[in-house]
Amino acid sequence: MEETTPTNITEKKSGLPWGKLLAWLGLFILLAIVAVGLLSSQQGPVTIGSPAPNFTLTTFDGQQITLEALRGKVVVINFWASWCKPCEQEAADLEAAWRYYEDRGDVVFLGVDWTDTETPAMAYLSKFDITYPNGPDLGTRISQAYRTTGVPETYIVDQNGVLAYIKLSPFLSLAEIKAAIDPLLKP
Amino acid sequence: MRKFWLATLLALLFTGLAANAALAQQPTPSDDEVNAIAKQLYCPVCENTPLDVCPTQACAQWRELIREKLAAGWTEQQIKDYFVEMYGERVLGAPPARGLNWLAYIVPPVVILAGVYVLWRGMRTWKQPLQAASPSVDVPPSDEYVARLEEELRKR
Repeated sequence: MEETTPTNITEKKSGLPWGKLLAWLGLFILLAIVAVGLLSSQQGPVTIGSPAPNFTLTTFDGQQITLEALRGKVVVINFWASWCKPCEQEAADLEAAWRYYEDRGDVVFLGVDWTDTETPAMAYLSKFDITYPNGPDLGTRISQAYRTTGVPETYIVDQNGVLAYIKLSPFLSLAEIKAAIDPLLKP
Repeated sequence: MRKFWLATLLALLFTGLAANAALAQQPTPSDDEVNAIAKQLYCPVCENTPLDVCPTQACAQWRELIREKLAAGWTEQQIKDYFVEMYGERVLGAPPARGLNWLAYIVPPVVILAGVYVLWRGMRTWKQPLQAASPSVDVPPSDEYVARLEEELRKR
């Protein structure tokens, strides 16, 4: 039978406590993941002056539009949903604004349909006779990139791909929309 | 005789057609069938409220979509996959077991096991000093001060 001498005890204690180290490491990694998650979830809205997050919108008629490809134009991105009553307030004004700028060719309107179903969405577009490109926010990827908080929200991107204007409520008139777009246009 | 065979043939033909028509007609899915799937989904508009009890119009539209898909013969899994594709993984009540999502499944049992281990270690450590501290009646205390203290306590 092996005797436990003081030397043996010292040798046993001098080994690294791997169990404890692993436990602490695991705890540290878990806390780091939670911290990263909390930080990203508590990020505020995108701000004016920051580069507009890029996205590709697949429209209801299957056309694919990428924001980056529209560099050099002013892009009006409107988040809406067919179940959203405030969206109805601005729908006609947005369409009127689109028709006003359409012939210039340097202003693009994009409608992003958020957490909606296709049949009511198509009925909504038909009801307000909306003709600018519209498509669903597949996987809510676009709204997450813009960190939207609801609908309607409108983001206007300038010719350099920078966010120039943000509206987190419905536009109240065509004049208000024009006032947001006109300063961004080259004379 | 010929008329008899013709009549039999027509009767069989009509019976077959009627049965086929009955099979082709999908009955409208009931609310219970719709809610069985809806309660596993959450709409981003009203967070933390399952779709089956959410009162908003957005959720009503989603339930109607489930009904349409069920009527079209889609399975529960197909409908859930469609919702994830359209609205993102956050519509699911439980995250799919892949990538970092595994943490949601692994961490709770690991933490519980670690807690049980710590408790067990703690209980063993607490028991040892108690056993060591309980003095034997026969063994006189070695410390004079302790002896006096015990003597005083016995007197009270």
